[in-house]
This record gives sequence, C-alpha cells and structure tokens, in this order.
Amino acid sequence: MEPFSNLKSKPVPLDIVNVDTDQIIPKQFLKLLGKTGYGKYLFYNWRYDENGNAKPDFILNLSEFEGRTILLTREHFGIGSSREHAVWAIKDFGFKAILGTSFADIFYNNCFKNGILVVKLDKDKIDHIFLEKTNKNIEIDLLNQTIKIDSDIYNFDIDSTLKSYLMEGVDEISTTLKFENAIEKYEIDNDPLIFN
Amino acid sequence: MLKTVYDKIWDNHLVYSYDDKHPSLIYIDRHFIHEVTSPQAFDGLRMYNRKVRKPALTFATVDHNVPTTNRSLPMVDEISSLQIKTLQKNCQDFGITLFDINDQYQGIVHVIGPELGLTLPGTTIVCGDSHTSTHGAFGALAFGIGTSEVEHVLATQCLWMKKAKNFEIILNNTLKNDLAISAKDVILSIIKNIGTSGGSGSVIEYRGSFISNLSMEKRMTICNMSIEAGARAGLVSPDEVTFNYLRDKPYSPKNESFERLLNEWRELRSDNNAKYDQSILLNVDNVIPQVTWGTNPAMTIDVTSTIPNPDEYAKGNEEEKKSAVRALEYMDLIPGIPITDISIDRVFIGSCTNARLEDLIEASIIVKDKKVSPNVKAMVVPGSQQVKLSAEKLGLDTIFMNAGFEWRESGCSMCLGMNPDILSPGERCASTSNRNFEGRQGTGGRTHLVSPVMAAAAAIVGKFVDVREWI
Ligand code: SF4
Repeated sequence: MEPFSNLKSKPVPLDIVNVDTDQIIPKQFLKLLGKTGYGKYLFYNWRYDENGNAKPDFILNLSEFEGRTILLTREHFGIGSSREHAVWAIKDFGFKAILGTSFADIFYNNCFKNGILVVKLDKDKIDHIFLEKTNKNIEIDLLNQTIKIDSDIYNFDIDSTLKSYLMEGVDEISTTLKFENAIEKYEIDNDPLIFN
Repeated sequence: MLKTVYDKIWDNHLVYSYDDKHPSLIYIDRHFIHEVTSPQAFDGLRMYNRKVRKPALTFATVDHNVPTTNRSLPMVDEISSLQIKTLQKNCQDFGITLFDINDQYQGIVHVIGPELGLTLPGTTIVCGDSHTSTHGAFGALAFGIGTSEVEHVLATQCLWMKKAKNFEIILNNTLKNDLAISAKDVILSIIKNIGTSGGSGSVIEYRGSFISNLSMEKRMTICNMSIEAGARAGLVSPDEVTFNYLRDKPYSPKNESFERLLNEWRELRSDNNAKYDQSILLNVDNVIPQVTWGTNPAMTIDVTSTIPNPDEYAKGNEEEKKSAVRALEYMDLIPGIPITDISIDRVFIGSCTNARLEDLIEASIIVKDKKVSPNVKAMVVPGSQQVKLSAEKLGLDTIFMNAGFEWRESGCSMCLGMNPDILSPGERCASTSNRNFEGRQGTGGRTHLVSPVMAAAAAIVGKFVDVREWI
C-alpha cells in the first residue's frame, strides 16, 4: 500500500445522508475478480440513466468538480453491505480522503485497508463546509491531524495504529505474522478445532 | 469483575493486547467465505506466496449469484459462472471445504453455518458479508468484514480489533407471541426506534423474556438485522434452546465432547449486574406488523399507519428530511396514504433473514388453499438445500405452488439480485429480506421489507394487509 501523503484539494460535496454501499457500487459490478477498474461504476445508478448516459445534474458528472480528490459527505456514510468494492471504486475514481460526520464501521475499516483517509468532523463543522467552503481548498495534514480551509483549522481524531499504517503504507498481514509465536501459543492452549 | 457475554468471548480470544486504546489481536474460530468477496483475497495470498493458516476452520459456499432455477442447466451468466469457478479453484488450491452448487449442504452462508452445527456458542465467526451478525444468535461473536480482512484471516486466522461497546436491548413481553407478531416485526421496530446507526460501535445483546422464549431460527432473524442498526454484531446468551438445537447437527461436537462443551457454554451468559454502556427496553406487547416505506430499514411504520410526511419523519433534522423526500420520490409514495392502500407487483420470500423452515411453515399457513393475486408474481427461495428438503417433506412446496408461488433452489436470489432474480424498474415488492436500499433488488425496483406472514398475505391480496386479521 502506498503511504498517505498530505493532501490539498477542493472537495466534491455529496449532500446526502445515509449513503449506503449499494449506491456507492451497485451489485451488478461486484462480479469482477480484481481490485481495480471500479471507478467508472462509482455511484452508477445516480450517475447514469437507464441508457447509460451521464445524468447532467449529478455531482460527479459536473466538469467543475473533476480532478478533486476529497469527497465531502454527511452522516452515516457507507452503511449496509460490507463490500470492499465500494472503497475500491472510490479509490479507483481518484479520491484519497473522505470527510464527513459519521461512517459505518465496516466501511470505515475498509477505507484504511486501502489507504483512504477518513476524517470525522462534528456536524456543525461539516454543515459550515457544505454551506460556505465547497469551492475552497482543503488541506489535510495527517501527521498533525489537522484540516485547514482558509484560516479555519480543525483538529481531527484518528486511531494511532490506523494513522501509522496509513503514514507508512504498512502491509498489515506482514505485521501480524510477526506475532506468530503468540498465535501458535493461543492455538495450543485453546484448540479452536472444537468440532467432533 | 462482572462481565457481559461479549466481554467473556472477547477475553477468551485475545491473542495479543497492548491496552484498551489500541486494537487487539483476536483469534477467529470460524471463517465463512463465498464467491463474491473472496477472489481478491486469494489473489493477495498468491501474490505474497502465503498459505491459508488453518484451512480446516474455513468453510465456503456459493450463494450470492447462483441461479435459483433448475441447476442441471448450464449457467447463463458467464461472469457469475467465472466467480463460482474461481472459488472452486481457490478452495481446491488452498484445501478449504466447499459446499458447492450441487452439494446437499449448499445454501446462504448464514443459513448453513448454524444448520450444519458449524456455528457454536462462544466462538468468533467472520465472513465477508455484513449479515454475519446472524450467527450471534448462538452466543457467538460474529461480524462482517471486508475483503482485505478476509485475506488477513486466511493468512493469520486473526484480526486486529478494538473492543466495541456493550449495548443491551431488553425485549419483554407478557402476552403470548402469536404468529402475527414475528421476530422480523420486532427487529424492524427496534431499527425504527434507534435508527440505522443507533448501534454504531457496539455489540448489541438481546435479552429479556421475549428472547428466552424464542426459537433459534427467530433469534437468528433478530441478530441478522443488527447490522441494519449499524451495530458491529448482535448476540444472545446461549441457553437450553441453543444447546438442544445444536445436538445432532452434522458438524456439531458429538457425545463426550458435546457434554464437556455444554459445561463451558452454560457459563457463557452475562453476569447479573454486568455493566452495559447503553441500554434500552422494549415492550414487545406493543409491537404490531411492520412495513418499510422508504429506502433504509429505519424508514418503517406500523401496518395500521399512513405514509409519513418528511417533516414528521425527520423531527427537525434537515438532512433526514431531504433523505425522506428523496425516498418518497424513489418509492413513488405520497404522505398520508394508508400503507394498506399500496398495491404490489412482486413478493419475495427468502434471504438469510427469513428463509428458514419456520419462516416457510408460517407463510404456508397463510397461503394454504388460497391463490396469489393475478397481479402479483410471487416466489419462495429456501435459504438452503436442507431447508428446501425439509419443507418438501412437509409438503410446503405443494402448498406454495398450488397457490401460485414459484418454488426455487436455494441462494440469496432477489435479496440483492446478483443472479437473474431481479425487479424491473418501477416494480414494487413485498420482501422478507433485510435491505430496502435504492436499486437493491434491481435498478429502479421498490422494496418494502416485511415478515414472512405479511409477505404471504400481501401476495394473496395484491396489497399490504394487516395479517393479524387473518390469524
Ligand atoms: S441473503 Fe441477502 S443479506 Fe443474506 S447473505 Fe445473501 S445477499 Fe447478503
């Protein structure tokens, strides 16, 4: 995984609550066998009509938002299915960070496994950004855990382990494999094969 | 220290722990995999030349995109077929047991785990599927994971996790539960009350007199939809109902092993006065049949109610109001209309929420000697081959088919429509599944979540009806 570097971009404001992963990536696109190539299906049903034509009013289809790498959302983003395809689509589309009030647990985890930073801010701050700052650059500094927009600086919380994984681009499995002795001891003491 | 059942399972599975502030390494006892969320995980293993650490603890089946029509015919959908073949190859290469498409034990992963006796009290269970919470009904800690975590569990049989909060939901009742008030209605009204993120960051433990008297299958329905309330997992302390269910299941421990485990399992209940971070109480006597009207499972009303107006629904929250407006538009509904005035086109009885034997028996009582409305296309998709077989032994297939239902092979089917079973744009469906998200059952399709008996009655009348009048 690539390490996360500091980010500066205007946001793509997706002003909808309770966005579920069925919307982020509809099921007909879960049949691919790889992790890439999902970007073109991101928010497919909101983005395209029945004939596959881009809907002119959906935010991802507006040229002024093109190339922006921060997705601005609201409450309860990523609810529903555990499909990691949702994060692969967001990443493949070009987003590097998501800003919002709250996120579903599995979705939140999945983001960090793929190098996507998720930043939670209080509702009044998110409201303020939606209202006044959607055309301003947002600077995300992961090391110092700050977000800067104009002269506003917000601090955000992040689990220290997730943060270091993101900063170093760690492969989590190789870290865990260093605990081989502990895992083996657990297996000897507990016999997880309790059938028969 | 007094502990909840979740605390006990957690402590029993700690492989390595720094402190409460950091994630701990947790051992995983059972790993279920299926064709849709696993291929990339096996790719990852191959890329790093890694093995599956404990192939004997991993079980696979095909459920999400399998056809539910005659399986002796070749699959039409080539991409789905490739996903299935990929799983077959992965299981073969890595030595994993697969209940394949023509296996007697094939079925929806959350239906077969319990019925095979793979799901046991006190275990940790994961699957690349959010409804893994179903297995919590056995007093297991069971939760959905993403594909990266599937790969992590395959390689290490462990996961890094932070401990969740304890959330207790006490469900009491004084009246006898009759057929009309189902586990589905209870969980839908819980989600209506606490919202789609009410359980966020928590493991919900369901307790109280209602739960104690509930069968295993109905406890599964409740735990299944915990994820719809945003919870990490849902569970019920195991008791004699659980133990009796598990005796004699194909993979259950046998004889002395079973008796030895019984002693451990009997300790697996929350201590009296154990501390919960959050607690709510619901009197189940007041719950009546529920129908969802919107595009998330919290958008639910009593069958006696009318479609709410967005202001009334949102209670002052501007974004929720917008979301309700959007939902009404998508669902093509107008506030103020009784839900029983709404006609439906399709009925789906199936999914890991409501496609077990008891669900089918109850629905069959409603449809027996009646006919499906001429305007409705209705289908029953049993949760597993074992459910299908048991139902056929009871003659349920004949009851459903005589009424005009289609009787299918087992799988996820129209719960998410990855196979050919989908709604057409604009079609309205009474569904016993768990998600009514936009397009979930087919692009442009409109889903109303209900219990099996409510779905059965709706099939007959062609509209939602208060099934209590029929019982
Ligand atoms: S039945 Fe539906 S919810 Fe259950 S595992 Fe299958 S797709 Fe998921």
